Amino acid sequence: MLFDLIASFIKAVLVFAVVMSFVPFLIWLERKLVAWMQQRIGPNRTGPFGLLQPIADAVKLIIKENIFPSGVEKITYFLAPMMSMIPALAAFAVIPFGSPVRIMGRTVNLQVADVNIGILYILALSSLAVYGAVLAGWSSNNKYSLLGGLRTSAQMISYELPIGLSVVSIVLLTGSLSLNEVVRSQASHGIWNIFPQFLGFIILLISYNAELNRAPFDLGEAESEIVAGYHTEYSGFRFAMFYMGEYVNMVTVAALVTVLFLGGWQAPFGPEIPLLWFLIKIFAFILLYMWVRATFPRVRYDQLMALGWKILVPASLANLAMTAVIIVLGGPNAVRILSVGSIVLAVLVGLVLKAAVALRTKSAPGLAPPAGAGS
Amino acid sequence: MNPYLPILFMLVIATAFALAAMALALFVGRPRPGPERKFAPYECGIEPVGSARDRFPVKFYLVAMLFILFDIEVIFLYPWAVVFRQLGVFGLIEMAIFLGILLVGYIYVWRVGALEWQ
Repeated sequence: MLFDLIASFIKAVLVFAVVMSFVPFLIWLERKLVAWMQQRIGPNRTGPFGLLQPIADAVKLIIKENIFPSGVEKITYFLAPMMSMIPALAAFAVIPFGSPVRIMGRTVNLQVADVNIGILYILALSSLAVYGAVLAGWSSNNKYSLLGGLRTSAQMISYELPIGLSVVSIVLLTGSLSLNEVVRSQASHGIWNIFPQFLGFIILLISYNAELNRAPFDLGEAESEIVAGYHTEYSGFRFAMFYMGEYVNMVTVAALVTVLFLGGWQAPFGPEIPLLWFLIKIFAFILLYMWVRATFPRVRYDQLMALGWKILVPASLANLAMTAVIIVLGGPNAVRILSVGSIVLAVLVGLVLKAAVALRTKSAPGLAPPAGAGS
Repeated sequence: MNPYLPILFMLVIATAFALAAMALALFVGRPRPGPERKFAPYECGIEPVGSARDRFPVKFYLVAMLFILFDIEVIFLYPWAVVFRQLGVFGLIEMAIFLGILLVGYIYVWRVGALEWQ
């Protein structure tokens, strides 16, 4: 009893420390990678390869003058940055990051809290993040902040639907809401969920990019339109809190996707070293998001909403229907049939989209790219 | 031990960190007085025009309403998904009817133009 209590407290502190120490590294990594992809040098003055840049930034931000702009709603203005960071950190509590290990003759789960509704808990907490944006936008007494807050909240709640629907398909395959169970079921199926849920994976990838407000879906902080969006009026460490929250959220989402689709801590080949494969998968996923950010231009807001409501919601419903039907009819072979079916479905969705785009271009030739462009 | 207790630990640690950081920032970067203009909301350098507590497009409200409707639909799917293997064909047909009704609503919303953003 006491051992469990102390062990879980130590685990909570360790997870907090590790996730928080990822943040400066990820900030540096993103700046450096995006710089390289844009043929720039990126941070290179502070320490080797500019590695100390985030530390310098943190020091700068914390000694900045602590300003309450005139007309702000003080309480919500103060709470909003915390509201965007605390849920992201707390959500990490249910992520299993390794198979149980034995310490001092006792079995210790490599997971802060082994609750049987882990998936619901994560979905609930990640949807709390919207409060940070909407409260910041509303309480700032700034028109840009208000617009940014509204845009961000509408975007985040819209993309929660495809996320929820895709995760239901995972629950169908697993039959449990426990994240440990999800990893174990992938081991027993002998195949990671990314194959039987390929379309779901693609949908989740896009939706979480929008949920995290990252480019190309960073409409809530589009600097060319609304200055900095909901955190326009934030400076100093309050701004840093939003920034950290964004990166903590990214780590949490990467960990969640790793558990749901990429087999959690399991090794694809080679020996199973605790934590190693989990970290590799998380970083692969984060690098993918950084690559996406550097590659795609920002979408328009109507495109963003259309993608969420008109494409991702029906596509994830189709994925759900296919998963349910194949599980009932396929019996023991369901996972294998799904692995083929989901790729076929993904290709079908792609073809339908292509046809729809072609149709629209035909009916509104003004929107078509000029002849010869793109060649 | 209650399995939810560690979540409380995590929440407390995260909140403590956030509050400590805020307190430190308040201590190190103590606010200094200045002209009223210094605290004015940022509007690209010009004097702010009008109030920020203004009316905003009703579209956002519509999105929120649609979200609540469809999110409840999604939440109903979760308990169904957990016991799906025990329910078998019965569960499949039941959920097909449930989703069918909501699909009609979805198509209606689409046709009526609530998903357009122009």
